Amino acid sequence: MNQVKRFFAALLCVGIFLSASGQTAYADTGEDASAPDTGVTINVYNWGEYIANGTDGSMDVNAEFTRRTGISVNYTTFDTNESLYSKLAGGGASYDVIIPSDYMVSKMAREGMLEKLNFDNIPNFQYIDEQFRNPEYDPENEYSVPYTWGLVGIFYNKNYVDPDEVKSWKVLWDEKYSGKILMFDNPRDTFGIAQKLLGFSFNSEDTNEWDQAASLLKQQKPLVQAYVMDQIFDKMAGGDAWLAPYYAGDAAILVEENENIGFTIPTEEGTNFFVDAMCIPKGAPHKEEAEAYINFLCDPEIAAANMDYVGYSTPETAAKELLPEEVQNNEIYYPPQEILDRSEVFVALSDEMNLYLDTLWAEVKMGGPGETATLIAILVFFLLLYIGIVVYKKRKLKKQMS
Amino acid sequence: MKSKTASYPYLIWTTLFIVVPMAMVVFFAFTDQSGAFTLQNLSTVGRYSNVFVRSIWLGAIATAISLVLGYPLAYTIAQGTERRQNVMIMLVMLPMWMNFLLRTYAWMTLLEDNGLLNNALAAIGLGRIHMINTQGAVVLGMIYNYIPYMILPIYSVLTKIDQSIIEAAQDLGADQKRVFLRVVFPMSIPGVISGITMVFVPAVSTFIISKMLGGGGNLLIGDLIDMQFLGSAYNPNLGSAISLVLMVLILICMGIMNQFDDGENEKGGLMI
Repeated sequence: MNQVKRFFAALLCVGIFLSASGQTAYADTGEDASAPDTGVTINVYNWGEYIANGTDGSMDVNAEFTRRTGISVNYTTFDTNESLYSKLAGGGASYDVIIPSDYMVSKMAREGMLEKLNFDNIPNFQYIDEQFRNPEYDPENEYSVPYTWGLVGIFYNKNYVDPDEVKSWKVLWDEKYSGKILMFDNPRDTFGIAQKLLGFSFNSEDTNEWDQAASLLKQQKPLVQAYVMDQIFDKMAGGDAWLAPYYAGDAAILVEENENIGFTIPTEEGTNFFVDAMCIPKGAPHKEEAEAYINFLCDPEIAAANMDYVGYSTPETAAKELLPEEVQNNEIYYPPQEILDRSEVFVALSDEMNLYLDTLWAEVKMGGPGETATLIAILVFFLLLYIGIVVYKKRKLKKQMS
Repeated sequence: MKSKTASYPYLIWTTLFIVVPMAMVVFFAFTDQSGAFTLQNLSTVGRYSNVFVRSIWLGAIATAISLVLGYPLAYTIAQGTERRQNVMIMLVMLPMWMNFLLRTYAWMTLLEDNGLLNNALAAIGLGRIHMINTQGAVVLGMIYNYIPYMILPIYSVLTKIDQSIIEAAQDLGADQKRVFLRVVFPMSIPGVISGITMVFVPAVSTFIISKMLGGGGNLLIGDLIDMQFLGSAYNPNLGSAISLVLMVLILICMGIMNQFDDGENEKGGLMI
């Protein structure tokens, strides 16, 4: 019994000593020897399949971080920005590093859900390219460090669709392809396509512009086979759909595996330029270690190894140069500047606008708004039916009694 | 005294996981994001009446078809020998051992335009039929997933019918049709009603079936509620209001159903 106590006491001492010397541990990252365990575990919350994990000969980024700094990583994943948001807004969850997308960064920053980063602890921020600094969703660059970026483009089936047609979003409204078109199952991305066609900004606060986009989408609905997200892969690969918008990074996988499928960025109207950025949520228990993690992921070598696996584009030229030639020259990953100039990033809408958008989105999917009177009529009808039956049965009972 | 103590765990469970969440739904439905009282949410629900109509309609069709298919099956099973009954009931339950999502996903591959069914149709010279992403596919998914809940209660009521009652009817000169219509069917009504309840309620509020087989274009109430909690607006208040209206609707429907559950306790219907 005594021995056990002594053992834990010793362990505790080591732990205290190590956490005190933690700062120096980060400094000698170049050495092969692994850093001693600090006893600190940070909780990282990221998108699924969004970090190199050691499979397929890639680097196990989290293990490498632990080896270099002695900080353990508890890595969990989410599948939509909204589920990340509802988890954090609901409270009870404590994370140190989260990786939301652009508009969610601005929404969370606006609602005071993010910590300001201490950039003294993130020296590798110097590698982030100028054009990714001070983005619209985080104008002062206080809360976020970009992790990856990409563009929304269109998958097309080479057997049926001419690549020249896919230069414009109009192809998704082409009656020739009726029933073979897929659309995103989330309002921002879907409305974004209509907004670009109409020449509006994604981040418009003008209800009139959103109404116009909605009516364009309602026109398109009869041609759309389905509103889906991940199923786009199956349906494109199986030939059930010929046209579908998607995010550039994930698109590469399908294009490589299936020779019938092409992917291109519609250059005529421009497109959505998205960034996923690393942030620290308010009240994170290990802020300094979290910053060390962000700094580590910004190390060009690590970023390159990571992007090689993830397939999205890196915001660091230094990391890009470490990637294979064919990736560097691929216009899907690193499009020419003029396309970037015509693209736009999502910023969080005001709460009223979000509510309005959600109503419009439901309307698009329903085919039109409903009438309150209809709902009341249904309720009253059922209620009357119920009362009618009860009264009828009571009368019958009385008759039987008498 | 003893039986009371034994019921405490259940009471605590019900309070914690049924009563409290229901109270929260009601609370959220009548408040706005800052927590102040409002009727705004409930009046907004009216805009989605199309979705309500569609959900109830599709749920009702699925329930009716499940009843038409499920009753004869339950009846046939109940007629068999005990061994046969066990095997048949196991076969009914068998698909339920598999994950719900997987089963629905399997239907996706079957119904796809280039799916197994359409390829088979094309191979034997019949034309392809567009099946996936239609309301029919959603109804099919509902029936497939929920029909065991129709069969099982009907079956269990049918097996409990006293054989001597049927024999008495036969003795009094009733032919097979009459025995069924005047004796067996009325006695199986409680099973039919719980079957209808158990199919209709989940069918009306499903969201994953309409998402997977309806292609996102056939929005149901469940999808609508899902959008409020995991959608871009994150509006739990509106979501709760929709849930509340749905709850009231289902409650009334159940009340109507219970009226058909004839017989001794007239008051029973009023309780729900």
